[in-house]
Amino acid sequence: MELPNLSVIKEISGDDIEFQNSILGIIKEEFTEEVNLFKQNFKAKKYIETSNNVHKLKHKISLLGLKKGLKTATEYEIALKKDNIELHHNFLEILDKIHVYLYD
Amino acid sequence: MNCIIIDDDATARLITKQLCLKTEQINVIDEFSSAIDAIKFLNTASVDLVYLDIHMPTFSGFDFIKTLKNPPKIILTTSDKNLALEAFEYKSVVDYLVKPITRERFNKSLEKLESFTVIEKPKPKKKPKSNFIYVNVDRRLVKVSIPSIYLIEAKGDYINIKTEEKNYIVHSTLKKIEDKLPTDTFFKVHRSFIINISEIIDIEDNTVLIKKDVVPVSRSNKSELMKKLNLL
Repeated sequence: MELPNLSVIKEISGDDIEFQNSILGIIKEEFTEEVNLFKQNFKAKKYIETSNNVHKLKHKISLLGLKKGLKTATEYEIALKKDNIELHHNFLEILDKIHVYLYD
Repeated sequence: MNCIIIDDDATARLITKQLCLKTEQINVIDEFSSAIDAIKFLNTASVDLVYLDIHMPTFSGFDFIKTLKNPPKIILTTSDKNLALEAFEYKSVVDYLVKPITRERFNKSLEKLESFTVIEKPKPKKKPKSNFIYVNVDRRLVKVSIPSIYLIEAKGDYINIKTEEKNYIVHSTLKKIEDKLPTDTFFKVHRSFIINISEIIDIEDNTVLIKKDVVPVSRSNKSELMKKLNLL
């Protein structure tokens, strides 16, 4: 099972631990808010806005090394623009994994 | 080469800024979460390069390029691989970076940038010849001692230069005065504030206390500020 990891962040930050921590810090700060917005828009069936929220979350998914997760998110972002929500559950699973990784 | 970063994602801004800091060619003068704010900024200042996110709410990166009459060089940063064709229809677009941007790819884009334009070799920042600057106040040129300045705040088309003795409201920009100040003692902690580091009384969360003024520190500038302090 694919799990969030620091491989991409380490590749970007090199040996700069402070930079690495800054990236993680901002991800932590923004993630909850972005997920809440995503859920609100999904609940209100505003799928274009939801697609935009998925787009923004994609960057964090890719930064946390989730390659399959990024693929799912990209497909879901496109599908939402056509009111297709089949991947919603899969996407929520990715968000849950990140939530556990960041905050637990 | 002076640049600004436009991205609604703070993580992306931080990464781009840090990658720029690792180079000698690129000097980040400001960053914006909205393209509209960046356009307002560019009405009063000019830059050589913009790192621009395409996908932003209300006003996209492409809207930004279309709005500017003479856009500077632009390096697009995006999570979307499918917009490259459209991106290169704009003459000002030099490169197209897919997030997350790796160091290697970032450095390659600098090589590409070099082929578009001759990047100026980093020049040592001009140190002020004296400890004074002259500012225009009510049509008078007033001499202000640089070490006495503890805070400069941008207010629309004006800046408020605060010194121990007096405050000076001057029609100018933070960028202009920033260029005149020694970089070892003055630091832009926020897009609207430059502080004299030696006058910091304390730092709490994302604010610093300078004399009696509480000044916000943008998240992306905080780590750089901390590096400049003589921490125990």
